[in-house]
Amino acid sequence: MVIRTLALTLVSGAALLAAPTKIGFVYVSPVGDAGWTFQHDQGRKEMEKALDGQVVTEVVENVPEGADAERVIRQLATDGCKAVFTTSFGYMNPTLKVAPNFPDVDFFHATGYKTAKNVGIYNARFYEGRYLCGVVAGKMTKTHVAGYVAAFPIPEVMMGIDAFTLGMRSVDPQAKVRVIWVNSWFDPGKEREACLTLISNGADVVTHHTDSTAVVQAVEEQHKAGKAVWSCSYHSDMSKYGPTSQLTGTTHVWGDFYTRTVKEVIAGKHPQVNIWGGFKEGMIKLAPFNKAVPADVQKMVMGIEAQMKAGKFSPFQGPVTAQDGTVKVAKGQLMADADIDAINYYVQGVDSPQPKQ
Amino acid sequence: MLNFISSILFATIVAGTPLIIVGLGELVTEKAGVLNLGAEGVMSVGAIAAFAAANFTHNPYLGILAGMAAGMIMSLLFAIAALTLMANQVACGLALSIFGVGLAAFVGKPYESVALDSVPPISLPLLHRIPVLGHALFEQQALVYFSWVLLAGVAWFLYRTKPGLVLRAVGEGPVSAHSIGYGVVAIRYQAVLFGGAMAGIGGAFLSVFYTPMWVEGMVAGRGWIAIALVVFATWRPLRVMIGAYLFGGCMIAQMFVQGSGVRLNVPSQWLSALPYLATIVVLVAISHNRSTIRLHSPASLGQPFLPDA
Repeated sequence: MVIRTLALTLVSGAALLAAPTKIGFVYVSPVGDAGWTFQHDQGRKEMEKALDGQVVTEVVENVPEGADAERVIRQLATDGCKAVFTTSFGYMNPTLKVAPNFPDVDFFHATGYKTAKNVGIYNARFYEGRYLCGVVAGKMTKTHVAGYVAAFPIPEVMMGIDAFTLGMRSVDPQAKVRVIWVNSWFDPGKEREACLTLISNGADVVTHHTDSTAVVQAVEEQHKAGKAVWSCSYHSDMSKYGPTSQLTGTTHVWGDFYTRTVKEVIAGKHPQVNIWGGFKEGMIKLAPFNKAVPADVQKMVMGIEAQMKAGKFSPFQGPVTAQDGTVKVAKGQLMADADIDAINYYVQGVDSPQPKQ
Repeated sequence: MLNFISSILFATIVAGTPLIIVGLGELVTEKAGVLNLGAEGVMSVGAIAAFAAANFTHNPYLGILAGMAAGMIMSLLFAIAALTLMANQVACGLALSIFGVGLAAFVGKPYESVALDSVPPISLPLLHRIPVLGHALFEQQALVYFSWVLLAGVAWFLYRTKPGLVLRAVGEGPVSAHSIGYGVVAIRYQAVLFGGAMAGIGGAFLSVFYTPMWVEGMVAGRGWIAIALVVFATWRPLRVMIGAYLFGGCMIAQMFVQGSGVRLNVPSQWLSALPYLATIVVLVAISHNRSTIRLHSPASLGQPFLPDA
């Protein structure tokens, strides 16, 4: 009798241990094959591969921010997910609303700033990649004008523009960056028009902070027609769409972070996550260089990347001067994380009127 | 400076063309008394059908035909529901637009990483040498020239031919038209199919010529803009074209202003809203005569036709 109970307990205990942990993912847009959500999905797949058999993931894509998001997050938690990753800023309040009802579930919110007992936040220092793209742009430009197709004037986008400009000006002091705001994260038609407008206004390197491959494609088209224009991609390596004209790009790497975090969740550790990682933490990676980028430029860029990895260099280390002349960071000083997170100004070198917020 | 103007004109015409094509199709449908709000969905399905066909056959023009056919099939569904089964037209149209967008996304999944070769524009022989206007007007895609021919054709058909008169009569007083002996439902079917074909072509333009790619959601609301254009243009073909170019023009102009480094103290959100505001304001201003509005708006728009009522 005792032996039977013991055996049953052992078997059921083993069964519980062996049952894969459910992990939920909420995406704001379709996965597609490049862009913000695609990179998160790549990370999820890497995590699944690394933790083969221990996890099973539940993914809901194309979830609008707001009431729908709350419903989906709640659904995932009710379905038995031990962790839920919500991958858009607009999911912040829905996540915080659902979290108290599920104290055993770990929630992780990307690009947010509010935390709770079981809500962690994670983000990546995209601006580090932007700086390096700016350096490459500065070395490759002949007209000393770069174009930037941007979505909304929020700090995340502004810091990218500023980092790119700082990088470009560090190797080309007369460089100018012109920005067009399309006021949409995703609108291939508008992005293409904005890109072509920038090119016809003299830009010969164009980058973007939008979610489609339209900018890279438009530049490739112009490049093939004989115009000496280049692009730097964002979110993903879009060289498939710009094989001859994409110089490099800033890609997001979430796989390592997801694997680390989910491992702790499986072990029942309820990790308190508040991470803003860059090259150092492996959360940002540069896309492969175009063949046209000279070897010495590549070496220089890799050198700066190594410095960032070692924590010895930050794109926002002094001196940093705003477009209107005020000195934001003195020489030898470092900009605090909280200040980087609140950037709402252009630095000198951006040749467009500052957007009001 | 002249190059600048030429570039802006060129981009304006490109941006306005899908709106003209879809808008004129919707205009004919509404003139017959049918309110088809499904343009967004039909455009999406037309876009993916055209993209798939162009990718398969390596011929963008076959893509246009495929887009047209797909548009007609989608609007046929609407016609059956709204004209034969006499369901509420507004509800059917909305359902069609949501269904179309989703269907296109589903069918288009395998095509998301495919890139089509861009189609070189067609330069009209001597005309394209004209200084500023030559590049802007006569070095465009085939569908741009088609949109001008379509405008002439629709205007001529509606106001100078008997079938066009009958169509307008069906839209104004279907009961009277029916009592004279015209097949109201049959004529409305044809109008809806035409509207669907045009929406399909408009979608084809977006995915094969404008940005040669397919991504879910790429129509980005242009179907709704075309529907609104028809109303604000008070159902007059030429005004649909004016509205479309005005809309496209404002969008392009504000981008040029932003990209030229000119210091304007206007928030970018205002500049983004400008095309919508400007189009509404201008069209309302030029069409404010109440009796003319009543003259051109189809009296039976949106009302189902019951022969024995």
